Amino acid sequence: MRSVSIIGIGTTPFSVLEGKSLKEIATMACVEAINDARIAKEDIQTFYLGNYCSGILVGQETIAPLVANSVGLRKETPCTKIEGACCSAGIAFRDAFLMVAAGVCDFALAAGVEKMTSVSTAKATEGLASAMDQEYEARTGLTFPGFFAMVARRHMYEFGTTIEQLGMVSVKNHNNGVVNPRARFRNKVTLDEVMNSRLIADPLKLYDCCPISDGAAAAVLCPTEIARQFTDKPIEIVGSAHTLGYATMYEMDSVTTILPTVLAAKQAFEMAGLKPGDIDVAELHDCFTMAEIVDSEDLGFFEKGRGGPAVEEGLTQVGGKIAINPSGGLLSKGHPVGATGIGQVYEIVKQLRGEHENQVRGAEIGLAHNLGATGQVATVHILRRR
Amino acid sequence: MYKKPLPRPTLESKEFWEGCKRHELLIQRCRDCGSYRHYPRLLCPKCNSENTEWVKVSGKGQVYTWAIAVQPFHPGFAEDVPYAMVIVELEEGVRLMTNIADSRPEDLYIGMPVEVVFDDVAEEVTLPKFKPAGK
Ligand SMILES: [Zn+2]
Repeated sequence: MRSVSIIGIGTTPFSVLEGKSLKEIATMACVEAINDARIAKEDIQTFYLGNYCSGILVGQETIAPLVANSVGLRKETPCTKIEGACCSAGIAFRDAFLMVAAGVCDFALAAGVEKMTSVSTAKATEGLASAMDQEYEARTGLTFPGFFAMVARRHMYEFGTTIEQLGMVSVKNHNNGVVNPRARFRNKVTLDEVMNSRLIADPLKLYDCCPISDGAAAAVLCPTEIARQFTDKPIEIVGSAHTLGYATMYEMDSVTTILPTVLAAKQAFEMAGLKPGDIDVAELHDCFTMAEIVDSEDLGFFEKGRGGPAVEEGLTQVGGKIAINPSGGLLSKGHPVGATGIGQVYEIVKQLRGEHENQVRGAEIGLAHNLGATGQVATVHILRRR
Repeated sequence: MYKKPLPRPTLESKEFWEGCKRHELLIQRCRDCGSYRHYPRLLCPKCNSENTEWVKVSGKGQVYTWAIAVQPFHPGFAEDVPYAMVIVELEEGVRLMTNIADSRPEDLYIGMPVEVVFDDVAEEVTLPKFKPAGK
């Protein structure tokens, strides 16, 4: 396999993008990434578009060719929509990486998009609910906040994690989001505000949950050996993995460990020849506060059960042992489901270029972790400044 | 009228739902490696064997974890909030995602002993739920 680098990135804000269609926001992110790479759109040889449920949310399927034509890609270009629930963009990025690594093409465009705020909350909820097994999970009334609420209850039981430690994740990530112009929520919240916010799925409260959003993000990949022709700051993809977990929550050996994350981390670190302690900055899939704590353990940043105390001790803040979600994460930035994974890559690339609004000083190696459905699928990417 | 989504028995799950109708909790067991599995499926996840038997289990177990839904996903659950989402671990080791009957959500705790009860929610469908053991 050839070494692959990111030479261009683009994104919309993750927000309520009133009056802009799914096709338009995806196009905006793709064009920005191609321009950032200083290549022509005719140079793109393959296109992967992550999206979760455009059919339910905006009544439009077959969106990869729609967006490709809108961007102006050559008619020879294969375009593929990738669906893996909240992990759709992580997989799209991974598949684009593989095509370049395998030598099938030199310039690949990976993007992710979701348009969620133009439908009723009931419709958006219906769309999200279809990411879980309908016959044995949705039928009993399981919800996504319910999934992580049950993880939280068990994590508290096994390791003594506290509801305040969960709340501190929200406080940290909202604080990080204040300076990020791409974030949906740019206000600080206090621990009191988090603790007193209304219950969504006991023990999780409103501020333990990420907001739905509209958004798109894109990246251009090429072989590392030619990357410097296009940018002074190529970012190499040194580790990449995409793994499968259990189909349902109740089959997991333990709900306090999300298996596909553990497996993807193992693969990605082995490929990179690195260990968790080498990572300077990480964007983790914090769809709920509990998720960030579990992720931080499953990725090996902290021992199982130590994720809660780590937050409390400030180890995950910018300037701490490992800066987690300096972008504000899903909790503050928002979660346009099919765009999130490449939104995370965008934030890590900005960090490694030394251009982030909430810069981790001297960041050289970063990690992006994207998780889908009820812990069914995960991707991990390790990026390095060259 | 029952407004929540109802299971539609299929090739893999017919026996399970027919058992529920007879108020029997049936769980698949692999005839080759002996491991239990739920949800119902054609192949054993441990050894890939198709050689399967349906075992009537005791229906006794304990609460593995739980949470309270305040905001429902499916509109059919809107009248029930707050309701408990519960994973029960059976004596046989397998777990089920289920609901609790005859108990206030605030009385739940991890490790709580429970046993199966059957709720005939529609003419053709009976759902397995759980209640505090011995109550
Ligand atoms: Zn077997």
